[in-house]
Formats: sequence, structure tokens, C-alpha cells
Amino acid sequence: MADNIIELRNLTKTYGGKDAVKNASLNIRRGEFVTLLGPSGCGKTTTLRMIAGFEMPTSGRIIFDGKDITDTPPHLRKVNTVFQRYALFPHLNVFNNIAFGLKLKTIPNGTKVNRKGETVQLYRKYTKAEIKEKVDRVLKMVDLEDYGYRGVSSLSGGQQQRVAIARALVNEPEVLLLDEPLGALDLKMRKDMQLELMNMHRELGITFVYVTHDQEEALTMSDKIVVMRDGVIQQIADPEKIYDEPANAFVADFIGESTILSGVMLEDYKVEFADAVFECVDKGFKKNEPIDVIIRPEDLEILPAGDKKAILTARVISSVFKGDHYQITLIANENEFIAHDTVTCEKGTNVGLYISPSNLHIMHKARIINEIDTEIAGENQVWICGAKFDCVTDLEAGTPVRVQVDFDDVIITDDEEDGTIGATVVSSIYKGSYYQCIVRTDDYYDFFVDTDDDWLKGDRVGINIAPEKILIERREVSEVPADETPAVVDETVTEEEKSAADGADFPAAETAETSAEIPAETEGKGSSEEV
Amino acid sequence: MTSATAVQAKPRKRFKITKRVFAYLYVLFMVLFVVLPLVMILVNAFLDDGGNLTVENFKTFFTEESSLIILGNSLFVGVVTTAICLLIGYPVAYKLSRMSSGKILVLFFILPMGINFLIRTLATKAIFIAMDVTLGMGTVLFGMVYNYLPFMILPLHTSLSSIDKSYIEAAQDLGADRSTVFLKTVLPLSVGGIMSGITMVFIPTISTFAISQLLSNGKIFLFGDSIQTKFDQGLYGVGSIMSLVMLAFVLISNFLMNRIGKNNNVGVGRSLW
Repeated sequence: MADNIIELRNLTKTYGGKDAVKNASLNIRRGEFVTLLGPSGCGKTTTLRMIAGFEMPTSGRIIFDGKDITDTPPHLRKVNTVFQRYALFPHLNVFNNIAFGLKLKTIPNGTKVNRKGETVQLYRKYTKAEIKEKVDRVLKMVDLEDYGYRGVSSLSGGQQQRVAIARALVNEPEVLLLDEPLGALDLKMRKDMQLELMNMHRELGITFVYVTHDQEEALTMSDKIVVMRDGVIQQIADPEKIYDEPANAFVADFIGESTILSGVMLEDYKVEFADAVFECVDKGFKKNEPIDVIIRPEDLEILPAGDKKAILTARVISSVFKGDHYQITLIANENEFIAHDTVTCEKGTNVGLYISPSNLHIMHKARIINEIDTEIAGENQVWICGAKFDCVTDLEAGTPVRVQVDFDDVIITDDEEDGTIGATVVSSIYKGSYYQCIVRTDDYYDFFVDTDDDWLKGDRVGINIAPEKILIERREVSEVPADETPAVVDETVTEEEKSAADGADFPAAETAETSAEIPAETEGKGSSEEV
Repeated sequence: MTSATAVQAKPRKRFKITKRVFAYLYVLFMVLFVVLPLVMILVNAFLDDGGNLTVENFKTFFTEESSLIILGNSLFVGVVTTAICLLIGYPVAYKLSRMSSGKILVLFFILPMGINFLIRTLATKAIFIAMDVTLGMGTVLFGMVYNYLPFMILPLHTSLSSIDKSYIEAAQDLGADRSTVFLKTVLPLSVGGIMSGITMVFIPTISTFAISQLLSNGKIFLFGDSIQTKFDQGLYGVGSIMSLVMLAFVLISNFLMNRIGKNNNVGVGRSLW
């Protein structure tokens, strides 16, 4: 077993019936810099707060250094937190803010034999001189030697940030938790602080658990990134892997720019998308399995038109100067590609495109059809997410059925009132020629929808499905859970349950992978900085 | 051009209704009902019955033992009432600020303030008589606390509920258990509220009248009552002196509270002032 300082086991946190964190399992190794990354509301802060002890998990365990600390109150945990908005005590000056934790701490102070002949461990508080020495040391570390007797409100954002870090570090925690600590700083300051935090991490050798929504920050600083969405861990891997081999379209879309296209895996090492066949390095897919292809903009090679190497011919739509590169938008066989190149291409010209096999990243599709287990509501009507949808069927009311709807047969309406049911847009990912949206109904079923329009995340929309597009199939009644009427199987949940069931070793496998890669990588980082 | 602007400028000057105009009425009110009475008291303090200049009124007040006892009594009742209000009010306000429905529950504490204090005091008296409780210092203090408790809870609640939860979490994170969190963060951060609470209770209590008279059957005479009788008896001079003494106490305590509040409170835990 790896040397894990923190293990999260099937952690779930539910607020008012909604899961903020769902079944999260994660191992954090001693000395690691782990980043929890995801858009706002993905559950990353909740996870951090559960580690700190401010939130009690609804279910699951937190193991710290081999001991279960799930029920331990925060003041007894050997972790310290740097808060998002610092939370420096306004009634204390810098020195006393930092000394706050030290003044409360007791340290072993020899032993004594009591009257019964038992040896008793004695404790004492830090002396004033010891406290002063420790505070001065961390103040020096964060470059604020002369600020000890300033009030905290007179400090700039960056200085407050440093005090907050010093206040946490002075207690010599085994794990430092950082909740978007750089969020309130300006870009320049943020870059400086990133480097400083990385240096501190290397010098102190303690574990950092860092929460951010900034993917660049995560890629720069971390040994291991945990990408979360909707309370679910999407991928756990080191930065290179997260970038080069995202686990799914969400991760790919969230981490860096990329072109995501739908394609078909023809056979091993052969994939078809944008009406062309490409060689790739992936295998083990089913024959003709629909897949998602991810192409990073820097991996797209632009060749002169008619070059023999070119696989696709594309037309240049735009070319925008971005400082150190041009961002070139191209259209090939009605699919949009984004490329980064050091030379510009004239708008309207035709060019050839080539992608080397190793730069094509191929992923299983999360879902190929919307599938709901439900029952017939009446004559030619079926229950879907609490509403009756017209359909074409000769089955009787109450018959349990499985309903299937293709992605492009779900129609989204701008006005919630126009739809049979209402839903909220959860995500929208451009797939070259169309958008794939995920819309969540009020009873938490996620519809995958292919549309021509980009729907704004968070918007309320209506959902309609043409009666003839609802495919109905009789289903065994034993599958229906008794308490759910109408029964709806949330596919995202079943997927997680599956991954939890067959993948108890999934996070472990990932860590094993990172453990092999990280030492080499950190060494590399160290030496490059020495130069 | 110039003549045109001049023509325009003239009527604009005449019809100028600025925000300042709306304050004039208030200034007039203040002059009539605050400044003028104060001047009258000041003048009265130095006049004898015949309208001649004198310092005799000062001598009468500061040599008369009974009036000094009344002043002492008033201060005593004020201090004790404030202390009891703080002791009861702080836990209540703290509890309310931790509750999600605290804002509504606070209304229940404020609600009695909507009923005239004389009516409430008379009702309290009736209850005491019905219960066969002897009216005296105890009942007076009860009436005072009952009347002024909302003035303590309100500023304390405002100040306690404005304390950012992250301070408490930060303290816990740094190893503070519940009592330490309270002593080291919540209490110092609510000093502003405590100070406004004390000011809002202490200053009115030392000048109250009627409550003490009613709830002690006229046995306990406080400063406010004493001023009232002096004016009733036509002793404007002594009455004015006593009013000035009272004013001095109000100003001194207000000043002290502000000083303490400012030193301990770095712009957080908002107070009511």
C-alpha cells in the first residue's frame, strides 16, 4: 500500500436532497501536491471542507494517517486551512493572528511518576519566546518580517494572503488545505504566489491539497489533479495525463482548448471522423463503436494544400494573433477545427490537415442514447421524468418499459413553458459541427441532446420529444424499485455505481500510475528551475 | 451667447431646490426643540425665583443630601439594570444569531417595544400586586430590565450575526475548541455590539422616570422622577441644574463607550452607532 496520508472512501455530502459530493474516493500520498479542479459548484470546496472537518460527510469515511477522522472535530485534526478570503482575525494584528494557533497548542514536556506509580505525560504551552521565534520564522518565510505589529486590515490582498499562509504553516500541519487561495489576487500577483507556493511545498515537504477552478493553475502547480464535476470525480491523474489523455469530453473541454468530434472506431488503430479515416494508437474498442475524438490545437498540423501527407482538406475561417501563436479556425467536411500555429494562414485559403496517430485521443462516449426505465401512462402516452409524453405504442397503462431517445431527437425549447417538461442546461460542448448539451430535468435525469445552438449553462429550457421518436420496449417488472413512481433510472448515477463497484481499485490504479511518474517529473521540475 | 446664459442662470438660481432644502425643516425642529430648551435650562440654572442672576441653585443641589442619594440610587439602578440586561441579552442574542430563523425570533423580543412603556409598567404592577409581591427595589429592577432588554438584544444580535462564519472556522482550524472560539473570536468581535447595547440601556435607565415610581409605590425615587417633581413644584432653577448634571452623565458615558468600542473593534462586528 502506498504511503497515503489522506484517504477518502466513498465520500458523499448531501444538501437538501441534492448531492454536493457523490461517492468520492481519493488517495492522497504524503508530500503530494494534489489539486481539486472543477467549475464552481462541482463539490471541490465541499470535499476540502470535509477534510478540514467543517462539514460532516453524509456517508463515507475520511482516513488520516491510517486513522478514521470522520467524526473528529476540526480543532483536533492535524490539518490547517488557508481560507478563500483569508479569514484573518480583524481584532488581532499580524503577529497575534499567526500566534493564534501556537498559543492554544500544548506540547509534551517530559514525564512524571504520579503517586500511584504511573508515568504521566506532562504537557506545557509554548513560552512567549518560543512563539516569537516561530512567528518570526514564518514571517520571514513569507517576506513580511517588518509587518508583525501591523493591523491586518491595513495590508494589501497579497500581504493578507501571505499572513493567511503563515498562520496555517506556523502550526507545522501535516497537510495544508488551500481553498482557492489566489482567487482574489490580480494576475501578476497570482503568478508570483503560484511559484512561491510551489517552492514552499518543496521546501517543507508537507502535503498540499489545493482547490481551484483555474485549470492553468492546476496544471502548473500540481503533482496530481482531481477533476470534479457535479460532485463526481471525473479523473485523477498527473497534469500531463489530464491534458493529453482526458478521461471524457468534459475533462477535455475544461482543461485547455480542444476540438472534440464524434467519430466511429472502425477497427483497432483506425478511426473515422469528419468523413475521413485516421490512423491512431488506440485499440480495444468494439467494431464501429461511436467514440469522441479530442484534438489539442497545437497537435493539428497545417500543411500546404495538396500536400501528400494531408488527410483532410480544410478552409481557413479565421486567424487571430494571440501573442505567441496564431489561433486558426478551419472547416473541413463541415467540422470545425481549432489549430495553433506560429505562422498565420490567409482567410479563405485551402490547406491540408494532418494529425499524427499519437496525438489523437480517443474516448468512449459517456452515453450513446438516452435511456429511461419507466412505464406507460395511458393510451399512447408514457411517463418521462414525471410528465406524460405522447408516443406510439399499443401497450397498456402501467406496463413497465424502457424508453430510448436519440440525442438529436430531443428538442430543446427556449421557453420552459413550451416544453413538456422543464430542465436546466448543465453543459454544452461544441463537437465540430453541432453542440452536445446535457440538460438536467427537475428529477435529476440528464438528457444528452445534440443541437445546432449553443445553450447557455444554467438556463432553464423546455424539453419536447416527437411521439414517433420515442422508442419503447417492454421491460422486466422486477427491475422497478418500489418507492420510485414513475421509476427513472439516472444513468449518471448507475455509471458511478458501476465505477465504484468494479473500480474499487480505480483510484488506486490511477495513483499507482502517478506514483510511477511523479518522482521523475518533480525531479525534472527541480532541475529545470535550477537552470 | 453671454446674455442668453445670463437669462438662463437667473431663474435657475431662484428655483434651486437642492437636497439641502429638505434638511432645513429638520434644522428648524432641532433648534426649536433641542437647542432652545437646552439654552433655557442653562439660563434657568442661573436664575432665582425673582429672575436674578445667582449660583444659589448649585449650592442647593450639591449640599442637599436627599438629591445626592437620589443621584446615587439612579446610577446604581442604571448599572445593575445594564449588567442584568447584558447577562440575559448576550446569550439570547448569541443563540438567535446562530439560528436560521433568528431574524424572525428577534422580532418577538422587539415586539413589546411597540406598546407604550407606561401601559406595560402599569400592567406589570397589577401583576405584582395580584401575586402579592412587595413593591420595592426588586420590582423596580425587574421593570427596568423588562423595559430595556430589547435595547440590549437588538444591537448585540446585529453585531453577532454580522460576524463572518469563516472567523469561527479559522479559529477551529487553528485548534480552538468551542469555548476558546467564543472567548478568542466571537467575544472580541462583538465588543462593538456590547458597547452599543450598554449605551442604549444605561443612558435611558439613569434618566427614566415613572417606572421606578409606579413599581415601588413611590418609595424609590430616581433622578428622572426627581427632576419631574422639581419642575412640578415650580423649582425651575434646581430642576435645570439636575437636568444639566444628567446631561453631563449621558455625555460622559457616551464618550467612554465610544472610546472603548473604537479601541477594541477594528471596523467589524458592526455596532448600531
